[in-house]
Amino acid sequence: MAYSDKVIDHYENPRNVGSLDKADPHVGTGMVGAPACGDVMKLQIRVNDAGVIEDARFKTYGCGSAIASSSLLTEWVKGKTLEEAGAIRNTQIAEELALPPVKIHCSVLAEDAIKAAIADFRKKSVQGHPADHEEPQRLSA
Amino acid sequence: MSSRRPIYLDYAATTPVDERVAEKMFRFMTVGGAFGNPASRSHSFGWEAEKAVEEAREQVAALVGADPREIVWTSGATEADNLAIKGAAHFYQKKGRHIVTVKTEHKAVLDTCRQLEREGFEVTYLDPEPSGLLDMAKLEAALRDDTVLVSVMHVNNEIGVIQDIEAIGNLTRSRGVLFHVDAAQSTGKVPLDLSKLPVDLMSFSAHKTYGPKGVGALYVSRKPRVRLEAQMHGGGHERGMRSGTLAPHQIIGMGEAFRIAREEMGAENERLRMLRDRLWEGLSGMDEVYLNGDLERRVAGNLNVSFNFVEGESLIMALKDIAVSSGSACTSASLEPSYVLRALGRDDELAHSSIRFSVGRYTTVEEIDHTIALVKSAVEKLRELSPLWEMHQEGVDLKTVEWVAH
Ligand SMILES: Cc1ncc(COP(=O)(O)O)c(C=O)c1O
Ligand code: FES
Repeated sequence: MAYSDKVIDHYENPRNVGSLDKADPHVGTGMVGAPACGDVMKLQIRVNDAGVIEDARFKTYGCGSAIASSSLLTEWVKGKTLEEAGAIRNTQIAEELALPPVKIHCSVLAEDAIKAAIADFRKKSVQGHPADHEEPQRLSA
Repeated sequence: MSSRRPIYLDYAATTPVDERVAEKMFRFMTVGGAFGNPASRSHSFGWEAEKAVEEAREQVAALVGADPREIVWTSGATEADNLAIKGAAHFYQKKGRHIVTVKTEHKAVLDTCRQLEREGFEVTYLDPEPSGLLDMAKLEAALRDDTVLVSVMHVNNEIGVIQDIEAIGNLTRSRGVLFHVDAAQSTGKVPLDLSKLPVDLMSFSAHKTYGPKGVGALYVSRKPRVRLEAQMHGGGHERGMRSGTLAPHQIIGMGEAFRIAREEMGAENERLRMLRDRLWEGLSGMDEVYLNGDLERRVAGNLNVSFNFVEGESLIMALKDIAVSSGSACTSASLEPSYVLRALGRDDELAHSSIRFSVGRYTTVEEIDHTIALVKSAVEKLRELSPLWEMHQEGVDLKTVEWVAH
C-alpha cells in the first residue's frame, strides 16, 4: 500500500500524542473502535470556559492512515468551538490526507472519536460541576 | 539519504534466483543456446532441449526421493495443487465426493476445495491445534466412507510449522484414501523421501527454493498408481496430465535450484537456524511478544511473531527498511486478519499484531542485528502511540472493556 506524503508525515511525526487527565472536568475523552477489529482511537480535548478547545491529544492503535487521521484531527480542533469541531466531517480528513477508498473508514473513526470526546465533555459538564452552570430550570408546580 | 534497499526477510514469499541457476537458465533461450521445443522429435534442437528437461526432472525427483517419471511440470505450486485436488476428485468421484483439508492451508488448496464444493463435492475443513499442528484423532474422526482425498500441507507458509505427513499418510493409506501434500515451502528446508513416505500427490514450486517464478511440479505416485483427470487439455504433454509446450529455461532453472538445495541444505539450514534463533533471542526480550506456531516442529528460516498492542500494518510501515509480511489487516477495511493465526485460536488482537520474518540464503548476521534494533525502536514508538498499551500499563484488562465496535 502506498501512502500519501501527508499520511507519512503525520505517521512519522505525529502531532499531539499523549493523554490528558480524564478525571479533569474540562477534559472530554472519546475512545472508539475495538482491538479485535484492529483499530482503537482515543481522542481527548481540553475545553475552556468559553467553550473553545484549548488542547487536544490522541493515541491510536491502528494502521498508518488511522494514526494520521487522528493526528491531523488534533491539529484541526485546537482553537475551535465545540460546535465547529463537531462539524468536521470524515470526508474533509480523507481529502486532506488523500486516503484511498479502503482507508476511508480510518477517517470515519476519527470523526467518531471527536464526536465521542465532545459528548463526554458535555455529559460531564452537566453532571459534574453544576456550580459552573445554571441548574436546569424547574417548572414550578 | 542512503538509497540502500530494504533488508529482505520475506524468503517465504519468494526467493531471489540463485546466480548459478540464472546463468544456466540463460543457456536455454537465445539463438546460440538450446532454445528448441522439447516436444520436437525431428531435429537436434528438440532433442537437446528434451535431454535438458529430463535431466531437470531427475534433479527435482532426486531432491524428494521420487522416480523422475512421477514428476509432472506445472506453472507452479498453485497449478500443482489445482491439478492434484481437482484431478483426483474428478477422476475418483464415483468412489465418493468427500474431501478433508485444514483451515490453515494455502489459498491454492482452500479455493480449489471451494470450487469443488460448488461442483457438488463436500469438504471438511479441520481446525489445527494452537501449535498449528494437526491432531491425528481429529483427522481420523473426519474420514468417512465416501472420503476420496485428504490434502494437508507439509510446511505452513505463514508460521513454518511442519505437519507429520508420515503419520497422516499411514492413516490415509490404511483407509484407502488418497493423500495430497502441498510442499511448496518444504524443498531445501526439510528432507523428503517419497520412496518411503505414504504420499500420493505432492506439489512443488521453484521460486521458494532459489529457482524462477512460474514453474513448479506435481509428484504423482506410480506405486501405488494414482490417476488424475487432466485440467489443461491440448497436445498431451506430460503423459496427458498437463498439456502445453514445456518451458525449458524455467524447468532447467527449477532442476538446478533443486540440485543446489540437495547439496547444500544441510549446511544452509544450520546457518538459517542460527540466524532465526538470534532474531528470536533479540525480539523475545521485549514485553508482550508472542511466537506464533510451534517452535520445535518448524522450519529453520521462519519466525512469526505477534507484538501485542501494536497493529501490524502500522508496524510494517514503521519497518520500511525491512521487507517482511504481516498477517494483519484491519477488519473494517474489509480485509481479514490472518486466517491462519485465527485458525490457531489466536486472539484477534494478536492476529492483528503479527509479523512473519523469513530468513534465507543471502541473509547476514549484520542484517539480523540491524533488524532487531529497528523492530525494537518501531515497537516502542508505536506503543507510545497505542491507547491499548497505555491501558495495559495502567493494569486494565482489555478483555473486560466494553468496546464501541463500529
Ligand atoms: C504453501 C504454498 N502453496 C502454494 C503456493 C503457491 O505457489 P506458486 O506461487 O508457485 O503458485 C505458495 C506460495 O505462495 C505456498 O507458500
Ligand atoms: S484502521 Fe482499519 S484500515 Fe486503518
